[in-house]
Amino acid sequence: MPYFGSEETVKELKRALSNPNVQADRLRYKSYITKVIRYMTQGLDVSALFMDMVKASATVDIVQKKLVYLYMCTYASDKPDLALLAINTLRKDCADPNPMVRGLALRNMCNFRMPGMTEYIEQPIVAGLRDKASYVRRVAVLGCAKMHSLQPRTEIDGSLVNELYALLRDPDPVVVVNCLRALEDILKDEGGVVINKPIAHHLLNRLKDLDCWAQSEVLTFLLRYRPRNDDELFDILSLLDPFLQSSQSHVAISTLRLFLHLAAAHPAVQADALLCSSAPLLATCGAASRELRFAGLCHIQQVMRSQPALFNTHYKRFFCGYSEPSYIKFRKMEILVALVNDENVALVLEEMKSYCTDVSAELAQAAIAAIGRIGRTYSEKCLDILTGLLALKQDHITSAVIQTFRDLVWFCPQCTAAVCLTVESCVDYPQDSEGKQALLWLLGEHADQISSAPYLLEVYIDGLKTELSAALKMEILTAALKMFLRRPAETQDMLGRLLHYCIEEESDMCVRDRALLYYRLLQRGIEETRKVVTGPKSDPSLSVLTSAQEEPVSQWVSIFNTLGPLSAADLQLHNTALSASEHTDDTADTELLTEHVPVSMRDVSEAGVSLCAGAAVSPEAFEQMWQQLEVLQRQTVCFSGCAADTLQSALQPVHIQTLAFSPARALPWRAYIYSRGSGTLVLAELLQDDPEMLTVTIKQQPEHQQTVTAFISVLQSVLQTLNTGQMSV
Amino acid sequence: MISQIFILSSKGDHLIYKDFRGEASKDSINVFYEMVTALSGDQPPVVMTHKDLHFIHVRQGGLYWVASTKTNPSPFTIIEFLNRLAALTKDYCGSLSEKSVRMNFALIYELLDEMVDFGYVQTTSTDILKNFIQTEAVSSKPFSLFDLSNVGLFGAETQQSKVAPSVAASRPIMSSRGEQGGKNEIFVDVIERLSVVIGSNGVLMKSDIQGEIRIKCFLPTCSEMRIGLNEELNIGKSQLKGYSSAVRVDECRFHQAVKLDEFDTFRILKVCPSQGEQTIMQYQLCDELPCAPPFQLFPSVEKDYVNRVLIFLKLRCDLPPKSTALNVSITVPVPKGSVSMSQELSSPDQTAELQPKNKALLWEIPRFPGGAQLSALFNVEVPGLSSASLLEVGPVSMSFELPKQTCTGLQIRFLRLSPTQTGLSQRWVRYVTHSDSYTIRI
Repeated sequence: MPYFGSEETVKELKRALSNPNVQADRLRYKSYITKVIRYMTQGLDVSALFMDMVKASATVDIVQKKLVYLYMCTYASDKPDLALLAINTLRKDCADPNPMVRGLALRNMCNFRMPGMTEYIEQPIVAGLRDKASYVRRVAVLGCAKMHSLQPRTEIDGSLVNELYALLRDPDPVVVVNCLRALEDILKDEGGVVINKPIAHHLLNRLKDLDCWAQSEVLTFLLRYRPRNDDELFDILSLLDPFLQSSQSHVAISTLRLFLHLAAAHPAVQADALLCSSAPLLATCGAASRELRFAGLCHIQQVMRSQPALFNTHYKRFFCGYSEPSYIKFRKMEILVALVNDENVALVLEEMKSYCTDVSAELAQAAIAAIGRIGRTYSEKCLDILTGLLALKQDHITSAVIQTFRDLVWFCPQCTAAVCLTVESCVDYPQDSEGKQALLWLLGEHADQISSAPYLLEVYIDGLKTELSAALKMEILTAALKMFLRRPAETQDMLGRLLHYCIEEESDMCVRDRALLYYRLLQRGIEETRKVVTGPKSDPSLSVLTSAQEEPVSQWVSIFNTLGPLSAADLQLHNTALSASEHTDDTADTELLTEHVPVSMRDVSEAGVSLCAGAAVSPEAFEQMWQQLEVLQRQTVCFSGCAADTLQSALQPVHIQTLAFSPARALPWRAYIYSRGSGTLVLAELLQDDPEMLTVTIKQQPEHQQTVTAFISVLQSVLQTLNTGQMSV
Repeated sequence: MISQIFILSSKGDHLIYKDFRGEASKDSINVFYEMVTALSGDQPPVVMTHKDLHFIHVRQGGLYWVASTKTNPSPFTIIEFLNRLAALTKDYCGSLSEKSVRMNFALIYELLDEMVDFGYVQTTSTDILKNFIQTEAVSSKPFSLFDLSNVGLFGAETQQSKVAPSVAASRPIMSSRGEQGGKNEIFVDVIERLSVVIGSNGVLMKSDIQGEIRIKCFLPTCSEMRIGLNEELNIGKSQLKGYSSAVRVDECRFHQAVKLDEFDTFRILKVCPSQGEQTIMQYQLCDELPCAPPFQLFPSVEKDYVNRVLIFLKLRCDLPPKSTALNVSITVPVPKGSVSMSQELSSPDQTAELQPKNKALLWEIPRFPGGAQLSALFNVEVPGLSSASLLEVGPVSMSFELPKQTCTGLQIRFLRLSPTQTGLSQRWVRYVTHSDSYTIRI
């Protein structure tokens, strides 16, 4: 960062630090060192002082030592030659009688991120692993991981790994956890630390000695362990039970995740665990820290995907506080919409109504949309509220209400009459593009029920020349055409003018093409046009029903207690990856309806086919089936190859099992994988005879195209992730 | 695992920056600040992602406390860790502000160095940390002699009568200097957050109390302490007995260090507090308010003349006569386009102003004694007023602080340090109720 007068400041500091008078005065010397660190934090480059700072490290004052070490760790990579000078002092400190000094020196020496450090730190680390002070052992264990990260490509030192595994039995809990962390880092390429039965049981027994941070981390490591049988499983679960109620929310949530994961085959146990942890989850939603609240709300939304009724009685907890930031309010409104039932609908709607006049326009619009969603089930009450809001005559509210009306008419045809009546008597019309489009759609679609529709439309057609938005122009065209089919006498003239203008004068291609399309369609005759434009629509009520379906816990447990639920974008990605198949089936329908169908509906129509691993297939059975079955699909994927076990561990979480693969670096390289879904078994062969391309051959029994599509999309996304992972290495 | 931790002021100044793994460049601070300032209101700013780096931040004391990571960790862990870091900074520096962080940056670096190694949390317990932390805290506010004498004067032995000044607990926990550290004090605070919705007919629609017992300990070493709660405390819905004035909470959770062997029969918590602040018990009570709601509002909103709204508010404080509510502020949304306001308030220490940006008027009352009733009349000028605009007035939200009050009625009967405790120690019990969200519909 360029800093005004920075050179001058550095020179001045250098002068002061090398001044023998300053060096003699301990306090003054230290204050200058503090100043250097302060500038460093602010982003000023003070690396020119390295020499003077190395000198300052030879001191008995621990505070000064710490400051100098901080400085050295920051700039060591820029000045490797000078940093070597400091190493002697550090190595000497590693043998200090005071364990604190030993630990401090070792930790900072390992933090020097520069090439060639390994030879200097290896010996102190090994000595540190056997130190009698737990503080030094903690530092040394992580030192191993740091040493490995300095030279990631070198061979893994087997004896060091063994020593770390042995240290898992260390009496100090932090050493134990650090061992897990270090092993995980060192063995990353081989799939991380191995949690076998003795280690898992040892960790479970030590769990209560650990502090909360270590607990939640160990619980995450334990996700890797699979109990051998149900007895062991239930022993583990009963051991974990008290942690579900931990006062530390992160421990409680980590425990819940482990519970759900372990009890994957016992839905009743999962349901019990969810019930049990609903209290800590709700408590996070009322936590003083608003960030924690947000995280809690996002996770409650996940839980509600499979247990929509779990929080029914607590709906009041999701009323928004007026001082809460809007990102919390949005989540709360989403949850409230999902919790509405016959008993609470009146209270929830009254609450929602008070958000509609919020000072934030976005929040107000979201509240109106939320009322619209409730209106799909409780249309009468919601229509009253929405109609009342129109009287406020505020642009953003009117626009949101009209858009909500459009969606509501689409989902609940029975409220069409009421909506049309309201639109008819409406005095104030939306000013923004989305609102106008919604109004036009209503006018076109229900021209027969809105008597003033042609006059309203005419205003828009007359103002077409000054209109900028192409989407709006298309909407005008569609509305005019639909209206013409229903009320030809009043519309014919303006439709003619509109088509003439759009074909002759309009510069936007899309609008012109649409106008031409309608023009030619009309040439084919009215009946033909009617058939195309007002043809039967798909029945939206079907997908509303499916949205209420409860998803299995396995759908979301993999992202539970990760950043996924907190960032909405990731969540959507996750959904589409799992449900790609249905999406492709629906595209034909959805594309036709894209202009009218609200986004939320598209989401619900994608309830996906999910894969599951199921019972293992023996190699013999696989071979037999492979020979019998016909090739269903063949596809090439861009893939530059990776270690077989990496592939295996990447496929496992998405429920694709690996049966066999040829040794690494063999060409052609083959792997056989399989998975189950919707009652069928999918077999696949991955063949790589070109370093960049992978041929996937798929066979299936019995045939079910949707599962194959889902399988391919999941496989592709895994391979893609592996590809990008390789590139970043 | 955490890649970097940094603390930024609200203006984006770098106060603390520590890189644990060398995975991300130092530029990421500026990237983060640009992202956070570019946000519009509707995006969730707790987690943000730039390329493959995730930023998780919390806001405390007007500062951004940020952790960046390249893995996909538990958000709860990171958020709680950042909160804990802020709490420890407060413990060690006395208070939490840009100034105190600036002045004590060396201390915070030292703390971070011991708390996190290579991106992994090592410890956050003050008992362990105090052995390693050597830097002296610099108090941003000199400890006033006046406060000290105040404590001495009223620091009588009975718990009920004495009042600790609110600033007494905001000082660094570790101090070797005699005049500051000489006081062996322990504060036990019962803090409740009240969240209430009152319907337009005056009926309580929602009430929710989140409470906690927090200990702030300045004793260098402390052996076991016994905290006695109300003996008639009931936990859970089923255990309601008789018609006595029982205190009830829905559920409670304890810090893992709390021993509960005497809790079931005598309602005694046993704990060995470590230095600094910690929450030993959290409890909540939903859908029930044992006392009357502290405030009742009697509003009337009328359209006067052509362009004027008359808002008449009568506010009654239903606390016991001896209690007082402090810093009461009332926010009333007003119709869009309100340009000016005139008001009639009942006493000169109250203030009221129109905030056109938030389309609201703010009425502030510094002290509101229990049993009192205050009224105010506001004349709001709104050009182009329609009768529908009156719908925009409301709901009224209030924020306040009720010292010496708990809404659940939870009390601390006694506070005993074990007899082996050497030296004289001062024990303080303080109660306070904050309004988390207090909404009254009109």
